[in-house]
Amino acid sequence: MGNSVGLIDRLKENLGGKKTRGAALAVLFAVVAILPLFANNYIEEVMTNTFFYIVLALGLNIVIGYAGLVDLGYAAFFAVGAYTTGIFMKMGVDFWFTIPISIVFCIIAGIIIGGPTLRLRSDYLAIVTLGFGEITRIVARNLKITGGASGLVGIERPTIFGHKLYQITDFYYTFFVLVILAIIIAMRLHNSRLGRAWQYIREDEDAAEAMGIDPVKTKLYAYMIGAAFGGVAGAFFAVKMTAISPETFAFTQSAMILLAVILGGMGKIPGAILGAVFLVFFPEIFREIGQMRMLVFGILLVIIMVFRPQGLWPQRKS
Amino acid sequence: MSLFYIVIQQLVNGLILGSFYSLVALGYSMVYGIIKLLNFAHGDIYMVGAFVGFGALGIFGSILGVGWLGITVALLISMFLVGLLGMLVHRIAYQPLLNKRAPRMSLLITAVGVSFTLFNGVMVMTNGEYKAFSTSLGYEGISLGPVNITYTQIIMVVSTAILMLVLYWFINRTMYGKAMRAIALDQDACRLMGINVTKTISLTFFVGSALAAAAGVMAGVYYGSIHFYMGFIIGLKAFTAAVIGGIGSIPGAMLGGLILGLLETAGTQLPFVGSAWKDVFTFGILILLLVSKPTGILGKSEIERM
Repeated sequence: MGNSVGLIDRLKENLGGKKTRGAALAVLFAVVAILPLFANNYIEEVMTNTFFYIVLALGLNIVIGYAGLVDLGYAAFFAVGAYTTGIFMKMGVDFWFTIPISIVFCIIAGIIIGGPTLRLRSDYLAIVTLGFGEITRIVARNLKITGGASGLVGIERPTIFGHKLYQITDFYYTFFVLVILAIIIAMRLHNSRLGRAWQYIREDEDAAEAMGIDPVKTKLYAYMIGAAFGGVAGAFFAVKMTAISPETFAFTQSAMILLAVILGGMGKIPGAILGAVFLVFFPEIFREIGQMRMLVFGILLVIIMVFRPQGLWPQRKS
Repeated sequence: MSLFYIVIQQLVNGLILGSFYSLVALGYSMVYGIIKLLNFAHGDIYMVGAFVGFGALGIFGSILGVGWLGITVALLISMFLVGLLGMLVHRIAYQPLLNKRAPRMSLLITAVGVSFTLFNGVMVMTNGEYKAFSTSLGYEGISLGPVNITYTQIIMVVSTAILMLVLYWFINRTMYGKAMRAIALDQDACRLMGINVTKTISLTFFVGSALAAAAGVMAGVYYGSIHFYMGFIIGLKAFTAAVIGGIGSIPGAMLGGLILGLLETAGTQLPFVGSAWKDVFTFGILILLLVSKPTGILGKSEIERM
């Protein structure tokens, strides 16, 4: 197999170069940007859905990948964002003003859940976040303001510069912009002082604490920022769907987003994107197997963890 | 009904619910005690137990009847088969990761994957339908004023007590139990002393899963219907129970389950709680408890950071 190793090395060398990578990214960007000119509504819908999950996966990646915290109730933040926007728009507030409100509410939710529990061991944290996800769903189902079990319907479409976002192509570009913003923020965070503190805590909490990093506060930031990502995604989800119901935010939803992050490889931005793409494309391609696909997902998750505990495309350790 | 009888009625309900929670919590606690894994799929094991019991009753019910004899046979069959399923899950999904000494996060996510597999597997097989657990158990029982305690309820609580006593004997009086307790203390030392660690962990999974299956069958018999989603919430609650009692502690899991069952039935009677909010109430307790006393009532305090 001596030849093939040489080949792979050469391939890596070629692909690893900054110029090649930049060119590949530019081509990818261009293709995605002009895709609506050729594609039909179905493909646009699937792509919009993919963009949406990429934003969520990047948000959860901050919590799980950067800071190394388990969160099995991420859909709760997404729910808080969607409901906040839905409720405020029903009260007559303009969509673009509801986004900061959603973010604030999500950050508060992040503090409520993170504040008391981040001192706990990681497996306790898993159950508490799961419980929190369930609580959010039950609260949404039982309250009057959230529309009870049937949820909120008839949320208005937003307008931007006098143009009403109505067709799928409008949302395609809206979510595309959102993805680019999310990637830039995630990248900036990863290289920031805070990002390095998260990695330090993830690798060795005691050592990090000895170096003057406050672990609870730093972890809380991860929760708050992750929650804000979920909130923004939720706000846009609400206006795209125009109807939201508590069952949209069940545990399955949290598990799917988690799966996207894990599949791709924790802590890595391309990994999270790849995971989200896979997550949306897989059920679309395997539409025929219907209910079976979640079963296949479960088996796949076990197999990937057994053979590649770090994910498909893990972060390279320096 | 006067307050006194309401209290009695709720005590009985709480005790039954608590029995189910205890049996499931035991499996959580045993596995956690021995390999520090939060076996996320444990609630689904309980659900599979209910379905296996349902199937066994369907097969043997025609010969043995659907009374106590048939139910007992179905219960034992379910316990055995689901115990084997627990061992299989351990061998396929957890042991390879334990061998690699993979991070605990990977183990936890594997457990989520197993949970997904079991849950969706049963959903596909049953088309997501409710199954009626039809038995010939009546509502005869002892009457205390307006409160009627059925024989079924009494037998449930007594069976749970018997299962727990057997488990207690098994853990404290047999070589296998001794090996389990030893592994919980120091795995490497056990290996040096010639204990087959993997086999003992496997056995722990067998026992824990069998207990969960027993709870599943009993819950099916008691409530009369089962479906694929029944394991999710009880998994969460049993974990809460295990934490209340002190995770890793066997008597703690028993006690925690009973306390949670009683608290929850009491909670449904409180103003502002009611049945719609009872799950919120339970998780509220869990979060409060984890914040104030994470080691639980009978748990040993340990200084460990993750």
